[in-house]
Amino acid sequence: MAQTSSHGGAGEGTRRDFLELVSWATLGVGTLVALWPFVDSLNPSMEVLATASTELDLEPIQEGQRVTIMWRGKPVFVAHRTQQEIEAARQVRLDELRDPEPDEERAPRPEWLIVVGICTHLGCVPLGNRTGEPRGEWGGWFCPCHGSHYDTAGRIRKGPAPRNLEVPPYTFQTDTLVRIG
Amino acid sequence: MNREFVQPPLRGVAKWIDERLPILTWAYNELVVYPAPKNLNYWWNFGSLAGIMLTIQIVTGIVLVMHYTPHASMAFDSVEGYIMRDVNWGWLLRYLHANGASMFFAVVYIHIFRGLYYGSYKAPRELLWMIGVVIVIVMMATAFMGYVLPWGNMSYWAATVITNLFSAIPLVGETIVTWLWGGFTVANPTLQRFFSLHYLLPFVIFALVFLHILALHQVGSNNPLGIDLTKKDKIPFHPYYTIKDMFGLGVFLLVYGFFVFFAPNAFIEPVNFEPANPLQTPAHIVPEWYFLPFYAILRAINFDILWIIPAKLGGVIAMFASIFVLFLLPWLDTSPVRSARFRPIYRQFFWILVLDVLVLGYCGAHPPEGWYLTVAQIATAYYFLHFLVILPILGKVERPLPLPKSLDEPVLAGGAAPSSR
Repeated sequence: MAQTSSHGGAGEGTRRDFLELVSWATLGVGTLVALWPFVDSLNPSMEVLATASTELDLEPIQEGQRVTIMWRGKPVFVAHRTQQEIEAARQVRLDELRDPEPDEERAPRPEWLIVVGICTHLGCVPLGNRTGEPRGEWGGWFCPCHGSHYDTAGRIRKGPAPRNLEVPPYTFQTDTLVRIG
Repeated sequence: MNREFVQPPLRGVAKWIDERLPILTWAYNELVVYPAPKNLNYWWNFGSLAGIMLTIQIVTGIVLVMHYTPHASMAFDSVEGYIMRDVNWGWLLRYLHANGASMFFAVVYIHIFRGLYYGSYKAPRELLWMIGVVIVIVMMATAFMGYVLPWGNMSYWAATVITNLFSAIPLVGETIVTWLWGGFTVANPTLQRFFSLHYLLPFVIFALVFLHILALHQVGSNNPLGIDLTKKDKIPFHPYYTIKDMFGLGVFLLVYGFFVFFAPNAFIEPVNFEPANPLQTPAHIVPEWYFLPFYAILRAINFDILWIIPAKLGGVIAMFASIFVLFLLPWLDTSPVRSARFRPIYRQFFWILVLDVLVLGYCGAHPPEGWYLTVAQIATAYYFLHFLVILPILGKVERPLPLPKSLDEPVLAGGAAPSSR
């Protein structure tokens, strides 16, 4: 705020200019501070944050089986991949992919693929997690809304979606207990 | 009497818009150049404070609604559990809103007594005054329904008692109460309709405030001398009164802030920290402080009037009449002199009325027995005596002090000034 108003000479501020500036600055900062609680109250509350992580027992999930669980209100696909599925995902050359990511990064424990089941195009839930549903041309998932095909690593292969299915943050508490979030 | 509108200095897009939709001209004339009396004292700050409180209540209320659940089985937990503990800053929003209601009424009551003291209700400001009375009535309805929403045990029984007032209406009373409740007691249907109306009415108040200001600016503000002022006795609203209102706001926010941060439950009855219980009436039911004088009037009529009006109906009529009498005030007060500064006898009666209302409030906070009841009955009688008997007669018999012709006169004439300054 280099500008001073008409009270003083050119480039010279008077006491009144200073007071005016300080008053407006105080009012502005005060208003912003007062607004913050209103804005922040719309962020997730303690209750919402308390359910921000979820645990899943992997023991009962058979090889080749896929299950859907809820995490933060979203579907998460947990796939116990078969050897063929793992090989299919790992043999792909990265330059063939729209969103190049090696399978090793997406699934550090190759038999478990955990992805958020929301198409990165416009937010539909892709098919393929239940037996009998179409899994698309690469044997992963197929989004019926606008025809996006995902491979067995949940990577986008064909269709309008821009990115691979998101991998949520998760840690293995034990070999059969995973904590998502 | 029509005001001349001044063209604001506009250029470019602002000018283009204003030529098609004159909101800028309007805002400029109402908020910047509006000619305000130059002798307004600090009692004139309370109108703008009331407007600010309405805004704060609406803004905090809209955000609170985003977290509140209007259902009998969930309302209490959503307020005391979710909003107060889980929502970020929820405690602040709720305390601002709950204490804001008290602050709003405090400001408005001072605003009303300002009007009573300086005769702001007299011609040509009768409609301005009457719109104000409507605003208070709608405010009371809004505050009452808002108080029910947390669904604590005092909320519940306040709703029961107040809605039961309508059962005093002859013949159809019970039917009306059942209709108000949407059932046979206060219950979830009651809560949900109160919630809907509690959200609606503030916007009705907002529209009424708009009319209030429109009427005010049409005839111009009254002033402490109560005389009609000429142009030279007026100054533009901005910057003179914007800055004065800002200063007043700062002082007011200190008081408001004190309650919100240091005594947030000062106005909340402990019983309301218990969930609503239709089987257990609290031992001692009291309304919020701003309803106490009216509550005292309601309970003061514990006798049948003239064998035809039962005590119950009489109390309800007296309570409503205590507010509705204000509609008639411009005609009940027969004195042509506005300001109490020049009405030595009225000035004393004014302060007696203030005391009377405080006494009523004190009695309203105590059980209607023994001395409290007797005092409340006397104070109720005096309240109506003031408006219906004293004011009409006083205007005829009181000899007012000589009025100055203009603001300059007392100064220039050297000593003929009114005593109180």
